[in-house]
Amino acid sequence: MAKTIAEINEKIKKGQAVVFNAEEIIDFARNKGIKEAAKEVDVVTTGTFGIMCSSGAFFNIGHAKPRIKLGGGRTFFNDVPAYTGLAAVDLFLGANALPDDDPRNRIHPGEFNYGGGHVIEELVAGKDVRLVASAYGTDCYPRKKLETWINIKDMNQATLFNIRNAYQNYNVAVNTSNKTIYTYMGVLKPKLGNANYSSAGQLSPLFNDPFYKTVGIGTKIFLGGGTGYVAWHGTQHNPDAPRTEKGIPKDGAGTLAVIGDLKQMSPKWLVGTSVMGYGCSITVGIGLPIPILNEEILEYTTITDADIYAPVIDYSDAFPNLRSDKMGEVTYAELKSGKIKVKGQDVPTASRSSYPKALEIANVLKEWIDKGKFLLTEPVELLPGVESGVKMKPLKERPIED
Amino acid sequence: MTVSKKIVLRFPKRMVDRPIVYRLVKDFELEFNILKASITPEQEGLLVLELKGEQQEYDKGIKFLIKNGVEIQSLSQDVTRNEERCTHCGACITVCPTGAFKIEPKTRLVIFENEKCIACGLCIPACPPHAMEVHF
Ligand code: SF4
Ligand code: SF4
Repeated sequence: MAKTIAEINEKIKKGQAVVFNAEEIIDFARNKGIKEAAKEVDVVTTGTFGIMCSSGAFFNIGHAKPRIKLGGGRTFFNDVPAYTGLAAVDLFLGANALPDDDPRNRIHPGEFNYGGGHVIEELVAGKDVRLVASAYGTDCYPRKKLETWINIKDMNQATLFNIRNAYQNYNVAVNTSNKTIYTYMGVLKPKLGNANYSSAGQLSPLFNDPFYKTVGIGTKIFLGGGTGYVAWHGTQHNPDAPRTEKGIPKDGAGTLAVIGDLKQMSPKWLVGTSVMGYGCSITVGIGLPIPILNEEILEYTTITDADIYAPVIDYSDAFPNLRSDKMGEVTYAELKSGKIKVKGQDVPTASRSSYPKALEIANVLKEWIDKGKFLLTEPVELLPGVESGVKMKPLKERPIED
Repeated sequence: MTVSKKIVLRFPKRMVDRPIVYRLVKDFELEFNILKASITPEQEGLLVLELKGEQQEYDKGIKFLIKNGVEIQSLSQDVTRNEERCTHCGACITVCPTGAFKIEPKTRLVIFENEKCIACGLCIPACPPHAMEVHF
């Protein structure tokens, strides 16, 4: 029996919708059978809370008196540079931005204590931030300097717009070299000393809708503690990734571009992050509701950690050299057991992405839906699927000759 | 009553070449376990010890150290976790040399066992939201 999103919303409004998180649904469907479960369940909620570098926010700070044109000038939030290639008082701040005087990796590994992600966290927390700008001055925007405290509540708009989040699957990072390396996947000890992974596995949004049959442009989501929307497919979205028989990607595959009003989000779910030896970033919380439109979709949501494989990649060699050779494949069930076997060796594992917080997000979203506070939206267009022909390409370098 | 405590000893350079630990063993019958030692020439020495013995003797030993100009700190206060900032990601687990972090299997929350911490400091920069804090 197929359902529509409109029908599910009617039930949500009446407080009658049956909602499970992506962990609970596994046992429920096992006991009831797919058919019965699909009939009974209306929504399955997912969640993820991990470091998501391609994140940032647009701000309109309002016009100063006299006016100043920041576009083409230089602007800093707490010494962190914002992008000023826009109109007079529109700015973009990326999570990876660093103060000009940050020592970066001059003494390796750098600590990267404060950057764009931290500014976003402080703004969301309602803290005043120092805005310092210089401009070249025009007849209509005469001012050349601006120094002021600024608070998110006084801005016209503060819009989180993350161009790539919620990666569907990710590498397991190891290091086969003789020295410790400091990567975006964390500290990797020499000679396969540890293995770091980064996905909530069975709770992660796109693993529960592997072919993007419900998620698309306009899908309403939990974003940073508030609500947001899927804006587009994320950069590097790669439906073409190799898949298991059940269709689960065995490699990084789909991604989401997400957008939402930063003013209603919370610093609990947007956390400024430092990646030793690598840079600054932000940890973002995302929850995707999956409408159970039919049995097929219900069945996708019953995915378990044992069904999901991730590639083990050597970050001391294959990764930096953009080679795709894998050192093996492991399941998330194995990863979560605390150790995996790589080339016959026991390697202790650690996660970069928080499973308990992902579960908390799925449960918050579930509660919102249960209480009728969150209605599902009909996507205007689904994300590009396997049949779209969308692929991820490496850069084709063409030497520039004079 | 026997006690077992982890302490950080900092001693001034004039003390570096004196047999402090030997005296603790001999005069106060304390057992020791060196968790970390660093002595920089011409500077102060730092010794992280687990000391075990009778409470009375332990107290006397500590008094003896203080009298000789050794600064003592209880180790458990050295590295703490800011619970508000911890995201329970787990990045610290394989970084810590003493296994002070472990996952609670049911909830998958990351538990910090302060008693196992030797204050090596490795987790401090490696924790992405900087939840681990060191206090001197
Ligand atoms: S690395 Fe930091 S945030 Fe992550 S679990 Fe450990 S203490 Fe918590
Ligand atoms: S300071 Fe060292 S011993 Fe203590 S928890 Fe951190 S890594 Fe482990």
